[in-house]
Amino acid sequence: MLKIENLHINYGGINAVRGINLTIEDNKIVTLIGANGAGKSSTLRAIMGLVKKAQGSIKYNNEDITNLSTVEIVKKGIVLVPEGRHVFPNLTVEENLILGAYTIDNREEVEKNMKEVYNIFPRLKERHWQKAGTLSGGEQQMLAVGRALMVKPKVLMMDEPSLGLAPILVKEIFDIIKRINEQGNTILLVEQNAKKALEIADYGYVLETGELKLKGTGKELLNDSRVQEAYLGESRNKAQ
Amino acid sequence: MTMSFTEFMQHLANGISLGSLYALIAIGYTMVYGILRLINFAHGDIFMLGAYLTYYAIVFTSIPWYIAFILAAVITGIIGFLLERIAYRPLRDAQRITVLISAIGASFFLQNFATVVFGGRPKAFPIPQLLNKIVNLGGVSINIVTFIIPAITIGLLIGLNYIINKTKTGMAMRALSKDYDTARLMGIDVNRIISITFFIGSFLAAVGGIMWGIKYPQLMPLMGSMPGVKCFIAAVIGGIGNIGGAVLGGFILGLGEILLVALLPGLTGYRDAFAFILLIIILLAKPTGLLGEKVTEKV
Ligand SMILES: Nc1ncnc2c1ncn2[C@@H]1O[C@H](COP(=O)(O)OP(=O)(O)OP(=O)(O)O)[C@@H](O)[C@H]1O
Ligand SMILES: [Mg+2]
Repeated sequence: MLKIENLHINYGGINAVRGINLTIEDNKIVTLIGANGAGKSSTLRAIMGLVKKAQGSIKYNNEDITNLSTVEIVKKGIVLVPEGRHVFPNLTVEENLILGAYTIDNREEVEKNMKEVYNIFPRLKERHWQKAGTLSGGEQQMLAVGRALMVKPKVLMMDEPSLGLAPILVKEIFDIIKRINEQGNTILLVEQNAKKALEIADYGYVLETGELKLKGTGKELLNDSRVQEAYLGESRNKAQ
Repeated sequence: MTMSFTEFMQHLANGISLGSLYALIAIGYTMVYGILRLINFAHGDIFMLGAYLTYYAIVFTSIPWYIAFILAAVITGIIGFLLERIAYRPLRDAQRITVLISAIGASFFLQNFATVVFGGRPKAFPIPQLLNKIVNLGGVSINIVTFIIPAITIGLLIGLNYIINKTKTGMAMRALSKDYDTARLMGIDVNRIISITFFIGSFLAAVGGIMWGIKYPQLMPLMGSMPGVKCFIAAVIGGIGNIGGAVLGGFILGLGEILLVALLPGLTGYRDAFAFILLIIILLAKPTGLLGEKVTEKV
């Protein structure tokens, strides 16, 4: 279980995140939704140790990981697919995947994991020799997810994996997220696509300018009028 | 002004051999720049240390010369590693200009340290007998060092190419040159990769320094300055950050310099200026250098 308590993040004078609490239970899909600039990415990056936490603690299976380095956090099995893909453009698809498994020294294990990733994304296998910078946006997103899967993460955090994808690919990505979760991974999903995210989520949090405004099961939030109004664009449709 | 074929071949061989030396040193500049966006001004002085360490290992111990070579190169590699730990790492989050000033300071320190410890008077590099033979190839008489230098360089380049392209460490280096944060997200220990980069660059510079000593057997504390500047220019000409570019730039500069002096002896006095003029011309024509791509600023 991943537990975030009273997390604060400051950038200079700006308080981007102000005392949020999140609990991510094992084997669940938890989603964090919110408008642009709400502090979603900051929260994920702070969990990974990429952004300094002004206050608060992060516990994983009751162990305090607040001040661990990113490398140590990755070794605990917590992995982030960053917003905007961030594949290494100058490396081939295969090299990107190999780096995804950087913390694994056993060669056979890396090969085995790579096979599994290729099974999930056959497209990547076809293009394994290609420089990642020359992949299409959708392919890059698959690579970013596949790369994260290379370590068989216990907790997989994804920052807007459906961003910029065509509807058919969005559906595919969400199907894959569900499948990964069914294989026993815990998932923390940040999404702009609130409807899709809440539909597959066991639990959801709504973040608004750095503070948690709502929480509940995916279903509860989907049916909440405030969520519908602010994030699902439903009331506006009704009014028209 | 006319030159016989044999003479030309001699100059060509010399140019290739000088070019190999430049290439070896230029690689260190380009690797460090690729990862840290830092011009390591102390790199030329690392080259100087490599030559001096070899001198002391041969003159003051009884170990065989080839062991002395390897030992000196490894120790120089470690000095490069320490240089980064002491002069650059504490400034990892500082502005780039701060780190640059630290690099210049490190260079001054090493030069003055060498003057105090090794003495300002030139020392004669002890050239092993085996490497100091004149051979006659079809009427061209050439010191075999002229062939050994490119041969060793090619061997090292093959090794380096393997590390960069085939090992996980090499992939991590290439990843780091694009995106620190994402590299961290892969579990890459950024500091460790930077340390390895400094070790490799300094090791290669030391090999360059040793071979320089064999070719021009006079050691001085400031001997690293001019080769340092020229090899930096070679790296820029080739496209800084690009290893193949550094090698290409090194060869262009070495060959160009030797052939300029050979073909136009009247310009001998401008030998050192040649590198700068070439730099200006190439940067005017192709601002990113011959093989360089646009360098993206890191956030
Ligand atoms: N490195 C930074 N320096 C200064 N301010 C930052 C930095 N990163 C984020 N911020 C600010 O912190 C706030 C939260 O940003 P964050 O990226 O976490 O939002 P987000 O919820 O992920 O938004 P989006 O949905 O647009 O990705 C924003 O106001 C942003 O401008
Ligand atoms: Mg974001």
